[in-house]
Amino acid sequence: MGRQVTGAIPDTSIFDLRLSLRGKRLNRLCAALCSPSERDAFKRDEEAYMARFDLTEGEKALIRSRDFKGLIEAGTNIYYLLKIGSVTGNGLYKMGAQMRGETYEQFLSTRNISGAT
Amino acid sequence: MGRIVGGIGLSHVPSIGPVVDRNRMQEPAWKPLFDAYVPVREWLTRLKPDVAIVVYNDHAADFSFDKYPTFALGVAERYPIGDEGFGTRPLPPVAGDLDLSIQLSEALIYEHEFDLTLCQEIAVEHGFLVPMNLCFPHQQNGWPVRAIPLQVNVVQHPLPTARRCYRLGEALRAAVESYPRDVRVVVMGTGGMSHQLQGKRFGHMNEKFDQWFMDRLESAPAELASLTHQKIMEEAGAEAVELIMWLTMRGAVKGKRVHRHYYAPMTTGMGLITFDD
Repeated sequence: MGRQVTGAIPDTSIFDLRLSLRGKRLNRLCAALCSPSERDAFKRDEEAYMARFDLTEGEKALIRSRDFKGLIEAGTNIYYLLKIGSVTGNGLYKMGAQMRGETYEQFLSTRNISGAT
Repeated sequence: MGRIVGGIGLSHVPSIGPVVDRNRMQEPAWKPLFDAYVPVREWLTRLKPDVAIVVYNDHAADFSFDKYPTFALGVAERYPIGDEGFGTRPLPPVAGDLDLSIQLSEALIYEHEFDLTLCQEIAVEHGFLVPMNLCFPHQQNGWPVRAIPLQVNVVQHPLPTARRCYRLGEALRAAVESYPRDVRVVVMGTGGMSHQLQGKRFGHMNEKFDQWFMDRLESAPAELASLTHQKIMEEAGAEAVELIMWLTMRGAVKGKRVHRHYYAPMTTGMGLITFDD
């Protein structure tokens, strides 16, 4: 069938091995959040939590500033990002609104049935 | 002998889980989705499946990129409920069918040369559980069918091709039919439809593409399997590539279409299509 991914798609991140390797530290941090005690640890002391995962200063800054667009570009997979969203009170749609450059309300107004949350 | 009695293509969307757990199914925004499953549940009651093979993808609950299988089959007596970062849902563990899993492993690897990763432990999450919730009402202590998870990499490219997924379905059918015991099997292909969850194109949906996909899944699935990941992602969003798992279901099921429904309230085209056999 030949190559399956043949070009960039505007405004779209394609999560391939290169991106996955770039995001390895961030994705490990997120994966650990699949446990209640780790979520508590993150909420209790975010800096101490981050210190365990060998992040670069730039990666830490992305988490501190809740820069979801930047975290995706740094290789965080969207399904891992959802776990940071969960511990920081940012659900998928809030993160999505930020990535679109909109407020949450603006984003909801673009949906067919915005009550289905 | 083993027999495929039906197939279901359907979307797994994480927000459906809490709607079930909080009994919000009759709210106006959700009722159209759940109403579409009323005739499907009646049909399933008549079909009396013993086992559901659920073709799904994990969302970083139990599989990690450290070692990421392309195709992974559950080979366990039961599958516990995973925590994907939002807490463990109050659902009973899902009973597996270990003997059938072993038969499928041997047939798929020896006869059909699909080199599966075999998993003695899988904690299942929304990719698996939402389709189960939609089709099979659970009781406090269990589910009305046994189930076998078949996890596909649709997250970290390179992914298996749509054609490979379709052929896996064809092999799955032959593997089920080579099972010496009487067992009635439904195959569920889950995921998508159109959606993109990152980048400036977050929230992209394409109903026209989704309807076309369901048309072709019914009428010309072997041709549909020539879709590239690029084409799916361009038309329907990067995360819509999950749709290749619907082709595994269709490869396994040969009958006529029974139900079809589409609902796209928020960020994912939620499709439903069933086939008898």
